[in-house]
Amino acid sequence: MKPISEYKEILTKGIWTENPVAYQVLGICSALAVTVKMSTAIVMALALTMVTAFSSMIISMMRKRIPSNIRIIVELAVIASLVIVTDQILRAFLYDISKQLSIFVGLIITNCIVLGRAEAFALANPPVDSFVDGLANGLGYGLILVLVAFFRELLGSGKFFGFSVIPQFVYDLGFQDMGLMVLAPGAFFIIGLLVWLKNALPGVSHEKR
Amino acid sequence: MADLFSLFVNSVFIGNILLAYFLGMCSFIAVSKNVETATGLGFAVIFVLTVTSPVNWFIYHGLLAPGALSWLGFPDLDLSFLKYITFIAVIAAIVQAVEMVIDRYSPTLYAGLGVFLPLIAVNCAILGTSLFMVERNYSLIETVVFGAGSGTGWMLAIVAMAAIRKKAMYADVPQGLQGFGFTMIIAGLMAMTFMMFSGITL
Repeated sequence: MKPISEYKEILTKGIWTENPVAYQVLGICSALAVTVKMSTAIVMALALTMVTAFSSMIISMMRKRIPSNIRIIVELAVIASLVIVTDQILRAFLYDISKQLSIFVGLIITNCIVLGRAEAFALANPPVDSFVDGLANGLGYGLILVLVAFFRELLGSGKFFGFSVIPQFVYDLGFQDMGLMVLAPGAFFIIGLLVWLKNALPGVSHEKR
Repeated sequence: MADLFSLFVNSVFIGNILLAYFLGMCSFIAVSKNVETATGLGFAVIFVLTVTSPVNWFIYHGLLAPGALSWLGFPDLDLSFLKYITFIAVIAAIVQAVEMVIDRYSPTLYAGLGVFLPLIAVNCAILGTSLFMVERNYSLIETVVFGAGSGTGWMLAIVAMAAIRKKAMYADVPQGLQGFGFTMIIAGLMAMTFMMFSGITL
């Protein structure tokens, strides 16, 4: 076992300093379509975190046995099996939300974060480290997802977790929900602005042009 | 016929797989720096989508859908949960086969497209189209049209983006926004433009 501080470093790297969505430009695919509401975004974030953590762990356990020329197929098979399990669990326990997530749970298979962590970290590190790394990267992705969903739900429909939070008198003063936020362009704008904000904050590695 | 045409236009513009459903973003961001490569990748995506969607349709409706195996004596069997792993395997296999065929018969085309083909196997637009086809219960012809339309829409978006980014190299963008953030804002404006087609009914 390694000292806890080392795991902490892997965690902060994944969640903040090298956050996958903003820094590595990975995994935006499914990130945006499920961010109209907080509830779907959180479920999606949890599903992706579970898949990334366990796929990294399993691939890391098998890393010495996988021939390198067929490793992508092996990795995809592991990831796809985990996604099937996740999808079945969601259907069994959170049926409504799994209907709203529609095809986007299945698209975790082609999410670049999962395959990216398997390739970049799990193939060269022991299982426990890989599990923590997968967990951190999944959580970092979830953080962005939930943040985008927070702004889109608040500005787009004046709600937070489905409850109206903007008081009526604000509407009486002439405030209106921004319909654009519910539609696709809103997600692009919010991601762009969040990346700007993140680059402006200290302690974050800057992106190359 | 009119229905099919309307489905095609819808999948190219209003329901653009990239700008309305955010599928295929990874390669959209990574490969949209140069118009020629973007065009090459766009054609490869159209081709692969038009081939893989009908193949996946046959596999889903012939083997995986609830009750599809009744001719074998399993009328109650529902294998649809296997669609994820089957579709991704089919896509990877077809991409590999297409790569080998092109390499054998048209070395010039291979030189242009070859590098992109492996990238496409893990492009979410391809898997997404097959999953949408199941979700929306398309018939075989609708699936072909939808696949071709989605590919065309994706290509249109990435070529336009590459052209805009080339022009934008001379723009004076605020420091923190340069690169990825700026690309996302452009994509947002493009998504707005594409949505304007939603008023048109055919």
